[in-house]
Amino acid sequence: MNSQQQWIAFSTIVRREIRRFMRIWPQTLVPPVITMALYFVIFGKLVGSRIGDMSSLPYIQFVAPGLIMMSVITNSYSNVVSSFFGSKFQSNIEELLVSPTPNWIILVGYVVGGMARGLGVGFIVTVLSLYFADFSLNSLPVTIGIVLMTSLMFSLAGLINAIFASSFDDISIIPTFVLTPLIYLGGVFYSIEMLSGFWQTLSMFNPILYMVNAFRYGMVGITDINIMASFAMVGLFSTILFFFALWLLENGSRLRN
Amino acid sequence: MKSSNQNALSIASLAKTYDNNFKALKGIDLEVSQGDFFALLGPNGAGKSTTIGVICSLVKKTSGTVKVFGIDIDEDFSAAKQYVGVVPQEFNFNQFEKPIDILITQAGYYGIPVPIATERAEKYLKQLGLWEKHNVPSRSLSGGMKRRLMIARALIHEPQLLVLDEPTAGVDIELRRSMWTFLEEINRQGTTIILTTHYLEEAERLCRNIAIIDKGTIVQNTSIKNLIKQLNKETFILDIKQEIKTCPVVSGYPIVLTDSHTLEVAVDKNKSLNQLFSMLSEQGIEIVSMRNKANRLEELFIDMVEKNLDKNEGSQDE
Repeated sequence: MNSQQQWIAFSTIVRREIRRFMRIWPQTLVPPVITMALYFVIFGKLVGSRIGDMSSLPYIQFVAPGLIMMSVITNSYSNVVSSFFGSKFQSNIEELLVSPTPNWIILVGYVVGGMARGLGVGFIVTVLSLYFADFSLNSLPVTIGIVLMTSLMFSLAGLINAIFASSFDDISIIPTFVLTPLIYLGGVFYSIEMLSGFWQTLSMFNPILYMVNAFRYGMVGITDINIMASFAMVGLFSTILFFFALWLLENGSRLRN
Repeated sequence: MKSSNQNALSIASLAKTYDNNFKALKGIDLEVSQGDFFALLGPNGAGKSTTIGVICSLVKKTSGTVKVFGIDIDEDFSAAKQYVGVVPQEFNFNQFEKPIDILITQAGYYGIPVPIATERAEKYLKQLGLWEKHNVPSRSLSGGMKRRLMIARALIHEPQLLVLDEPTAGVDIELRRSMWTFLEEINRQGTTIILTTHYLEEAERLCRNIAIIDKGTIVQNTSIKNLIKQLNKETFILDIKQEIKTCPVVSGYPIVLTDSHTLEVAVDKNKSLNQLFSMLSEQGIEIVSMRNKANRLEELFIDMVEKNLDKNEGSQDE
């Protein structure tokens, strides 16, 4: 395939992915918005007003960046895992596998599709959060940079999960037992300064902590973590996941007999 | 690059052993000429779908070489794939998508721009009688329509080699015949077609050359005409007018009484039916109708597969 044909193949996959999640918008776009609205109401307004300040910020301002990041992470991940596994389950992944589309285009196409949903939902949730909290953006490059890289990383993770999955249970195990605990313990709702030494150290092994803090820094200017360390961490994980996912596709693991 | 004297498909010593140690292909050789209409026949589990899977990259071969229009799939699978269109046995399109979107998306995977893809999608959907349904969710299509949709999808990038894995399975007779006509037309226009089928009548009607595969080996690879020549006897069913209780005996014609009004007789190719009829007539038996017990090819096929089974059992005994 020449570069023009590769571009057509890539844009076809992205268009198909966007068409898929737009077609089923009541399942893909509405629930995260409702969930986040409830978080804002309960943790931000009702409970938050009694908590007071967190890291010298009103609690709603502290928690909002974490909630936006949470929606980006879960939607990027779940879009790719459900779309790719659905294609495997229905066997229509074969349409792509028999075509001359290179594996790296398949990988990038699915990942960009996942990012489109993750960032789309993130944008809607950001607009929603403006109703509950006032923000003056601290750093646009940091905010945009970290949200893009986070979305990329979890789209890649979702693809790897989908390649290994052989049943619908397998695509819910990681989000339920790994992703959700990591998000909840990743500094979305609290500052790790509140934790004792051991738990602070343990938290440093949670990659989501780095993403949430970098995003919070970009939005409201506070962080528990060094921003460069955050970018380095997300960059490193994304690179590892990218090459691992590509290797799985090249190798045909669980896709070709 | 493709040249006019190259085979559409050349397979040499192709072997496939699955992870569970099942040897699906035991080193097969196969050549299909450009423009041929080729049948790959075999019982279930013989290795037909594995062969097709290797050609279209869904199955990783264990050893051997596969060339599509001279392009070795180990050297440039991407280029080889441009020549191949595949219609699999099972429905494998997204049932929630519309037929038009399925075709345009598939074209995109081959690097075909949307305007050209849209034009071709309309052409093939019309040719296959699906245009009226181009904008409905494909899950609402009937089984026959879904099969035709898969043929349209396989043709969207206008492949030179079309591989169909039992394309008419479960399709009613009328539709099957219209699909045959369509495939014959595609073949006449120059597309090489490889067909696996359980309907031997289909192979006999459509194909010029044939390979019979059984237990991962090619047991016969010849033209349909040559194969039919090998048929040394045919079994006929004779419906008789009067009720009989004992089976008539006619020298040189083994007869079985299947019920009081039906006889089954195996006739050697070098023997005359007239002789059989006159000898039955002498015994007071009046024949009202006659038909083949099975398709001619079917008798040969069963014979070859049985011989292969005996051979395998024999070699296991050794």
